[in-house]
Amino acid sequence: MNEFFFGIYPYIALTVLVLGSIARYERDPFTWKSSSSQLLRRKQLITGSVLFHIGILAIFGGHLVGLLTPLSIWHALGVSPAAKQIIAISLGGVAGLSMLAGGLILAHRRLFDPRIRATSSFADTAILLILIAQVTLGLMTIFVSLGHLDGEEMTKFMRWAQGIFTFDPDAAGYIADTNILFKLHITLGLTIFVLFPFTRLVHMLSVPVRYLWRPGYQIVRTRKTKA
Amino acid sequence: MKVRAQIGMVLNLDKCIGCHTCSVTCKNVWTSRDGVEYAWFNNVETKPGIGYPKDWENQKRWNGGWVRDKNGKIQPKQGAKWRILANIFGNPNMPEIDDFYEPFDFDYDHLKSAPEMDAFPTARPRSKVSGERMEKIEWGPNWEEILGGEFEKRSKDYNFEGVQKEIYGEYENTFMMYLPRLCEHCLNPACAASCPSGAIYKRDEDGIVLIDQEKCRGWRMCVSGCPYKKIYYNWESGKSEKCTFCYPRIESGLPTVCSETCVGRIRYLGVMLYDADKIEEAASVNGEQDLYDAQLGVFLDPNDPEVQAAARRDGVPEDWINSAKNSPVWKMAMDWKIAFPLHPEYRTLPMVWYIPPLSPIQNAAEAGMIGVDNEMPDVKSLRIPVRYLANMLTAGDEAPVVTALERMLAMRGYMRSKTLDGVIDLEIAQRVGLTPLQIEDMFEIMSIANYEDRFVVPTTHREVVEDAYDLRGGCGFTDGNGCSAGSSGGKLFGSRKFVTPTEAF
Repeated sequence: MNEFFFGIYPYIALTVLVLGSIARYERDPFTWKSSSSQLLRRKQLITGSVLFHIGILAIFGGHLVGLLTPLSIWHALGVSPAAKQIIAISLGGVAGLSMLAGGLILAHRRLFDPRIRATSSFADTAILLILIAQVTLGLMTIFVSLGHLDGEEMTKFMRWAQGIFTFDPDAAGYIADTNILFKLHITLGLTIFVLFPFTRLVHMLSVPVRYLWRPGYQIVRTRKTKA
Repeated sequence: MKVRAQIGMVLNLDKCIGCHTCSVTCKNVWTSRDGVEYAWFNNVETKPGIGYPKDWENQKRWNGGWVRDKNGKIQPKQGAKWRILANIFGNPNMPEIDDFYEPFDFDYDHLKSAPEMDAFPTARPRSKVSGERMEKIEWGPNWEEILGGEFEKRSKDYNFEGVQKEIYGEYENTFMMYLPRLCEHCLNPACAASCPSGAIYKRDEDGIVLIDQEKCRGWRMCVSGCPYKKIYYNWESGKSEKCTFCYPRIESGLPTVCSETCVGRIRYLGVMLYDADKIEEAASVNGEQDLYDAQLGVFLDPNDPEVQAAARRDGVPEDWINSAKNSPVWKMAMDWKIAFPLHPEYRTLPMVWYIPPLSPIQNAAEAGMIGVDNEMPDVKSLRIPVRYLANMLTAGDEAPVVTALERMLAMRGYMRSKTLDGVIDLEIAQRVGLTPLQIEDMFEIMSIANYEDRFVVPTTHREVVEDAYDLRGGCGFTDGNGCSAGSSGGKLFGSRKFVTPTEAF
């Protein structure tokens, strides 16, 4: 079981995430969108969406840096696992609460506003509820973490995550003895990876940062060959 | 100099009868789909009124268009690029669908399926968004039709700025006019500038502004960026849509659907050559009232051999240069100076221009004083206040509007004298700074308005546009992957399975 969920499932999830996203971008670019429903109901959206997105972006960045930066780099920077864990708990906690609050506002809007409910697809509602469940699990792990503040537990997850990306066959073993909450959180997280290409989540891959350094404001298209 | 060509449009408001044929034919062609029921790429507003969407001209509220900063640079009024990106999770400047109107349909089926009852069955309204019963329809696409609603509300109209509007609430002083509106296909489009995805672009060959439906990610900044509120977010497909200037028709040398079907023959299409290098400078001039003149300065005279040479150098086809010489838009905007851009103060350099309407003389006593000797009435005594028109068309500068109205009155006087009395009244022509030849040309184009005089549209050259062979069997506002409507349910990536009409039975 442990080997499947934490040794094999990650590869399945990442493969679906990457190939699925490429396939969708290639085959059905018209469906690649943020699916904003602000036009239909502005109420609740701005507060909810801003809290939700800022929270999730902070958490995403935190997980990416926290899990995938090799231990030796943290060591070189002089950040002990214990200190890192405190940072992770506090920053992650605030961001998690922001995301949870925003998510609950958005979920209330999606489920109880007649216009939004009528125009939501199953995937729209489901992915929002899954993300709320995921952040709730994530916040619950904080209570487990508070029980052992030495950072050792966290180091296991870092070794596991880095093990996955370095094709370490023993990766799953590193986290075999961790709390069930962490395992649920990871499994649900990998499931979100699987669902990613089939939901509106793909809009995060087209964050329009290019806009900031796009030359000028206007775009003119032509078929004429340049003289 | 960088010469580019654009098909511009002029609408002669003096002849608009407010029949909405343009809106209806446009809707049938372009927006009779889910998600854009509320969208009218072309709509006709009765002015004075707050319009569609509500209060669209009030940029203090919607922050559309451009602003000039202290350094003389322009940026979208909703903010610089970083500001626009910061609003991406929730756009504070975006109208809600209720500002347009909640789309509705009626339970027509109930009329035939109702059981036997004491009262006649009725078809009650139902929301097209939520599918729920609407007890009362509070607003619609043309709620202010022919001055519908109380003056108190309609007088919030932005164009009343500087006008003593109270007296126009009195029955005796009431005035109205129609304003058909569509995308302005601006030289300096604020929608394109606001699009974080870079999906909105202006076509080099004919100036049409389009949204790449496959590149649009639905960040909806264009909706708030456009000061004319002519970008519509399709809530079904999650993409923004706008007037396409009927580009498939334009490419074939045909007028747009709204122009073709206009029963009043008020619409004109023609090529305008312009200097693309001058756009930014013109849009950045300091005074708002200088913007009209600045835009005139961007246009290039197609009869000037230097311009022709530069146009050829920049790849403008020969027949486009020839069409530009016969362009009714050039004549009205540049020769006769009777057409004006809509709200030049938005700094978008719009390319759909308007001829202001004449209106009856304000009171009968004055009307009686107008002599039969073709004495021209004072345009100040026209029922529609000149300032009102100027606020709409020249950022409040009355002089150009007065000249235009006088020229139109002079044309009438001159032709009346010519046809009824057989007298050429040179004096009246000179008084408004026109030659008899120009006046007769004006009469031919504006009053007779033959099809080929109204629409001087050269066909597009195949080498500069999309290959039509690749587009065959296309489905308009969808992608090439079947006729997907981009909505969820049914297909792997959430696009809707296309149901052909026969399958639906």
